[in-house]
Amino acid sequence: MRRVPWGVLVVMAALFVPALGSRFYTFVANDVAIMGLFAVSLNVLIGYTGLVSFGHAAYFGIGAYTTGILMKKLTLPFVLAFPAAGVVAALFALVFGFFCVRLTKIYFAMLTLAFAQIVWAICFKWNGVTGGEQGLPEIPYPDLAWMQKLPFFGELRGSDHFYLLSVVLVAVCYWALHRVVASPFGRMLTTIRENPERAEFIGVNVQRYELIAFVIAGMFAGLAGGLFGIFNRGAFPDFAYWTKSSEVLIMTLLGGMGSFWGPAVGALVLLVLNQQITSYTEYWPFVLGTVLIVILFAFPGGIVGALESARARLGTRHA
Amino acid sequence: MPDPSFLFAQSLSGLTAAMFLFLIASGLSLIFGVLRVLNFAHGSFYMLGAYLAYQVVQWVGTGTGRFWWAVIGAALGIAILGGLVERLLLRHLYAKEELYQLLFTYALVLVLGDVAKRLWGTGQLSISRPPGLTGALEIFGTRLPHYNLFILILGPAIALGFWAVLHRTRAGRYIRAAAQDREMLGALGVNVTSLYTGVFVIGSFLAGLGGALVTPVKTVVPGMDVEIIVEAFIVVVIGGLGSFWGTFLGSIVYGQVLSFGILIFPRFSIFSVFALMAVVLIVRPWGLLGKPLR
Repeated sequence: MRRVPWGVLVVMAALFVPALGSRFYTFVANDVAIMGLFAVSLNVLIGYTGLVSFGHAAYFGIGAYTTGILMKKLTLPFVLAFPAAGVVAALFALVFGFFCVRLTKIYFAMLTLAFAQIVWAICFKWNGVTGGEQGLPEIPYPDLAWMQKLPFFGELRGSDHFYLLSVVLVAVCYWALHRVVASPFGRMLTTIRENPERAEFIGVNVQRYELIAFVIAGMFAGLAGGLFGIFNRGAFPDFAYWTKSSEVLIMTLLGGMGSFWGPAVGALVLLVLNQQITSYTEYWPFVLGTVLIVILFAFPGGIVGALESARARLGTRHA
Repeated sequence: MPDPSFLFAQSLSGLTAAMFLFLIASGLSLIFGVLRVLNFAHGSFYMLGAYLAYQVVQWVGTGTGRFWWAVIGAALGIAILGGLVERLLLRHLYAKEELYQLLFTYALVLVLGDVAKRLWGTGQLSISRPPGLTGALEIFGTRLPHYNLFILILGPAIALGFWAVLHRTRAGRYIRAAAQDREMLGALGVNVTSLYTGVFVIGSFLAGLGGALVTPVKTVVPGMDVEIIVEAFIVVVIGGLGSFWGTFLGSIVYGQVLSFGILIFPRFSIFSVFALMAVVLIVRPWGLLGKPLR
């Protein structure tokens, strides 16, 4: 059971979604892949380090604008514009995080929120660079004409080609993040979450570790944002607004903060649910709020937590 | 140098905005100070207060004194709603991490926002100013509507009343004690559970009151909940979370920065208040008049 390479299987399955021929399925799958990465990056802070960031959307927005501006205004190729999203977001995370990690608990959350709102205000008002309220529409797709020469994938649409590219890039990002949290560095983050004083006593520079975690989380949120801007055909100030930060928090909680894949599962469930519900009713926030309350009270471990405890219960019954 | 009567008008409008904001932020700060819960739903209570006031005016009409019925009715309605939320739901999350409480109040924002949309639609609603306060006063060449003058007096009056309750009554002493050390207060035989409910009810009452009072000067629209909660957060963070006079000072600072920020950086006035909040958090995370948390 433990030997099944689930990650590889999921990526393989994801690559075959365009073959179903439905524009809608590819669209949802692309959304899930990118938002999943965004949520998993946030979980490095919340689930692993115990830092509740209420402004993670800032780095997502910065990434989206970076890639968008570089590709649309400076017509740089995607190969440069995509990593740039991660680099710029990481730089911002370094500066903001430097101040944030000095604070604890609710004050940490408030300061991350304040910085995110500053980013939002700049995106909203700096018409010359970010397009202001109107946002930055029509970010071009990367040049993926070479994919037409590939077997199987040749006949697909441009949006399908971009989907395949995002699946591969997102998979690499998941792999990298997984390596980070499974490394000795990642274990130390967990130690800090469990007991910061103790970590300090055994000679760990807690704030430095927290800052590094903050930068890593910001960088991957930026990469997710860079992809999302292209996927969404534009970057908008809303990407950095505080409601976006809470949206990704909800995904993380819904899927389960206790596991690496939990937040990605949360993104999947939330986005598919959103697609289903919005076709019946305009009151999606009402449904989301209700689901959130149920999760908070009945399944504090999220979906993955609930599944794991159910499996553990089954296991003991068999034994 | 702009002419002084213009500056006066500008600071007066900032001050009026500050007093409205104080009504909302004082409740938020009180709830945080005692319950240690940052209540996102406070903005929703404010919005529902505005809608309720509108609804009551629809029922009772706009004759003399009717507006005040609407204001009191709305504030009481929201107080009851707050009490129910605390009793039935929020209470069970005190033992959990802050994130759960934060997300719970955010879930309320989502739910209540849609409830308001369902009941009152998405249009802009408004109430006319109460009879008796429709005129305006001329000071130093500036026109100050009587209603704004009323708010300018009401804000400090509520602040003083609040201070008197907190420092001169038994209930006030309990509230201050609960903010210091809830376990000890419980051990001394005070019913902390009902105290919490009481505080949440008072905070909600203030939110509802603020919402109802704002209706003659602002249109009531969906989305005013999310807008006000960010402003109220900035105010309490600048003044100091849980600090009462801090909230008062924070509101005044916020109002002035916003109304003069517009003159200096016309396009970046929102930016200036967020920047102010970030600077305060960096230099004095507990706010201008707050005390550091244990």
